[in-house]
Amino acid sequence: MRAVFMVSALASILAVALICLFLFAGGIPAIGKIGLPEFILGREWSPGDIPPVFGILPMILGSIYVTAGAVAIGVPVGIFTAVFMARICPRPLYRLLKPAVDLLAGIPSVIYGFFGLVTIVPLVRELFGGNGSSILAASVLLGLMILPTVIGITESAIRAVPEELYDGAVALGANHRRAGFRVLLPAAKSGVLAGVVLGIGRAIGETMAVIMVAGNQARMPAGILKGIRTLTANIVIEMGYAEGLHREALIATGVVLFVFILLINLSFSALRRRGEK
Amino acid sequence: MRNMLKFQLEDVQLWYNDFKALHGVTMDIEEKEITAFIGPSGCGKSTLLKCLNRMNDLVEGCHITGKLLLDGEDINATQDVNRLRRRVGMVFQKPNPFPMSIYDNIAFGPRTHGVTSRLKLDGIVEKALRDAAIWEETKDRLKKSALSLSGGQQQRLCIARALAVEPEVLLMDEPTSALDPISTSKIEELMADLKKKYTVVIVTHNMQQATRISDKTAFFLLGELIEYGETEQVFSMPRDQRCEDYITGRFG
Amino acid sequence: MNYTLINLFFKAGSALRRTARRSAAFARRLPRRIEDAVFRVFPWLAAIFTFGALLFLIGHILVNGVPYLRPSLFALEYNTENVSLLPALVTTVFMVLLSLLIAAPLGLFTAIYLVEYAKRGSRLVRLVRVTAETLSGIPSIVYGLFGSLFFVSWLGWGYSLLAGTFTLSIMILPLIMRTAEESLKAVPDTYREGSFGLGAGRLRTVFRIVLPAAAPGILAGVILAMGRIVGETAALIYTAGTVAQIPTSLLASGRTLAIHMYALSSEGLYTGQAYATAVVLLVLVVGINALSAALAKRIAKG
Repeated sequence: MRAVFMVSALASILAVALICLFLFAGGIPAIGKIGLPEFILGREWSPGDIPPVFGILPMILGSIYVTAGAVAIGVPVGIFTAVFMARICPRPLYRLLKPAVDLLAGIPSVIYGFFGLVTIVPLVRELFGGNGSSILAASVLLGLMILPTVIGITESAIRAVPEELYDGAVALGANHRRAGFRVLLPAAKSGVLAGVVLGIGRAIGETMAVIMVAGNQARMPAGILKGIRTLTANIVIEMGYAEGLHREALIATGVVLFVFILLINLSFSALRRRGEK
Repeated sequence: MRNMLKFQLEDVQLWYNDFKALHGVTMDIEEKEITAFIGPSGCGKSTLLKCLNRMNDLVEGCHITGKLLLDGEDINATQDVNRLRRRVGMVFQKPNPFPMSIYDNIAFGPRTHGVTSRLKLDGIVEKALRDAAIWEETKDRLKKSALSLSGGQQQRLCIARALAVEPEVLLMDEPTSALDPISTSKIEELMADLKKKYTVVIVTHNMQQATRISDKTAFFLLGELIEYGETEQVFSMPRDQRCEDYITGRFG
Repeated sequence: MNYTLINLFFKAGSALRRTARRSAAFARRLPRRIEDAVFRVFPWLAAIFTFGALLFLIGHILVNGVPYLRPSLFALEYNTENVSLLPALVTTVFMVLLSLLIAAPLGLFTAIYLVEYAKRGSRLVRLVRVTAETLSGIPSIVYGLFGSLFFVSWLGWGYSLLAGTFTLSIMILPLIMRTAEESLKAVPDTYREGSFGLGAGRLRTVFRIVLPAAAPGILAGVILAMGRIVGETAALIYTAGTVAQIPTSLLASGRTLAIHMYALSSEGLYTGQAYATAVVLLVLVVGINALSAALAKRIAKG
């Protein structure tokens, strides 16, 4: 029976192996045919042209800008909200807020996307003109979506800091707020960083919500109020009808995305290990 | 009249990875007697106790040399460790009833060893609870969770649970150290009864307890058996100076 | 919809955010009183923004969606008139059951191996952990891509329930593994000791003593996985497909509720029904997650 359990354990290894195999086998030849620099750094994506052009730099930048925007909005709000929940908020209110954060985390991305489509996009359009579907709209929406991740981990990290540290600061004459920010937050730094990295991972991998608010124009970013397309959106939008090299190029886009995320996770683990030393 | 030898130990040595916990223990344990292992913390008494039912097998990196015989057979040579543990039962320091009903706790052992008939199980459960002197307190609440009992009752339940598989030996690892004095004395009374049918080996750090209930006492220090003999003699006229120091409280 | 209030809200929010970032750099040079004032206000503002946004989101969807919850929306057959969500709902139920059928035993058995059988620090254990962590970081669209390449094309299943199910199973496997492992680890070792002491073997100990004790936690994890499946879209578009009728066999295509919602909202013609579908989806997911949380709380209580 031990053998049965052990074989089950092999399932996740098998899954990762298969995923790597099929993604790379499907995508690497395309990168070879298109040429790595032309693919990664090419500024134009026109599969319909003769000959077709497959440069994904616009989408890479699109993903980066939108993620950066999400982080710029979601991380500060998330950290301050976590501070609120861990240190300021009264107990009865906390019992309401904690499930609320879990609720935020559970909402499906299509609903976030729909909400962004009917609320944020018109708002941006009204405030700033233009179409509304833009980097700004996507950043705000994604920022909202990564809030539960950042809040959850930051709050745990803050709560994990031993009370003595805080007491020590207060004993030395600092008041609540000062002790809170100058002592607690730095001590919780690694936890907070973990939350940020997880949030970045979530933002880069998000597809449906982004599609509905970002405009999806496959061209180099033209301004915060203009639309762009992310790597994830690129795959979803064109996979349905792509054939031949076009299809392989989309798989290659998936490979790039996969490698991106692996790198983020790896560097984070390395950073964490170095931090522990 | 001499009793039969239940356990025969010869030069038993034990390592936890590189740490040597037992240094060549040689002793015989007689059947249908209460033998007490005493000594300061970390002296190896619990470790030796766990050798007698091979519970140390569960600890990674633990290995044993030397002869350990139960009724003349080498414990460590046999493949069927479950059968060994049926013959040599154990009661732990902190009561550890399973999160199930009282009935199911007692019936777990017999069911493991093949008893399925409801009638038979009912009989076994009642007998075990009676032998552990807890039948009256539990007969009306057999279906209730075992966790609803008090600490002392839980420990007697664990004793009943161990008795239900009809062992020959009962190993007890500081069975009353977590209990109040009243529960403790109830269990000590019980043990005086148990030794009529079972061989009992008890680890205790309470010397008064050892003098109260045991027939033989073994004193351990740093993994070595220092002194072993009739309880009265060990406590009134110890042969080894270290044993005397421990007993008189010069160190603990 | 009244945008003036939200106007102010958002404007103030983004302005404060910008100031916060700049002032953080000068924080050390700020006189104490301003620093204290700033640090007292910001957490409150952030919390108001966060929970305000949540309330607004839920409220907006409920307010606009509930009026469209008509019986025709739950008709057995989908057509362009009623845009019924019932076929999608049925597909979703199939999807959940089938995916769990595969992933739950696999995840549980793996957890059992890791906790009860494997030697500490063995190579296999470390490999399993690394691959599980990798799997949990992969975005759902990449799963969809893989599913499309492997199940749909290479194995030749086409757009089908089967392809979608297997893709989802891989996706939720790490989640079930993690929660099962935590639940198993939470069972005190004293129970295992007691069982071994009575002469029970490891298999019996695991199934009769450890698993029953860990069951609520494992169940909570399974229910959580259910919630994820219900909300999933990107992984299913190119594996299970988007057909709007109840699938007739495992190899038939079908759309889940979440995909149905996406289709409605992107077509732009059925806004009211899109809102209504969103309500149903929201209630379903929130309900499932609440169930899981309630179970987890019951374990924590004892």
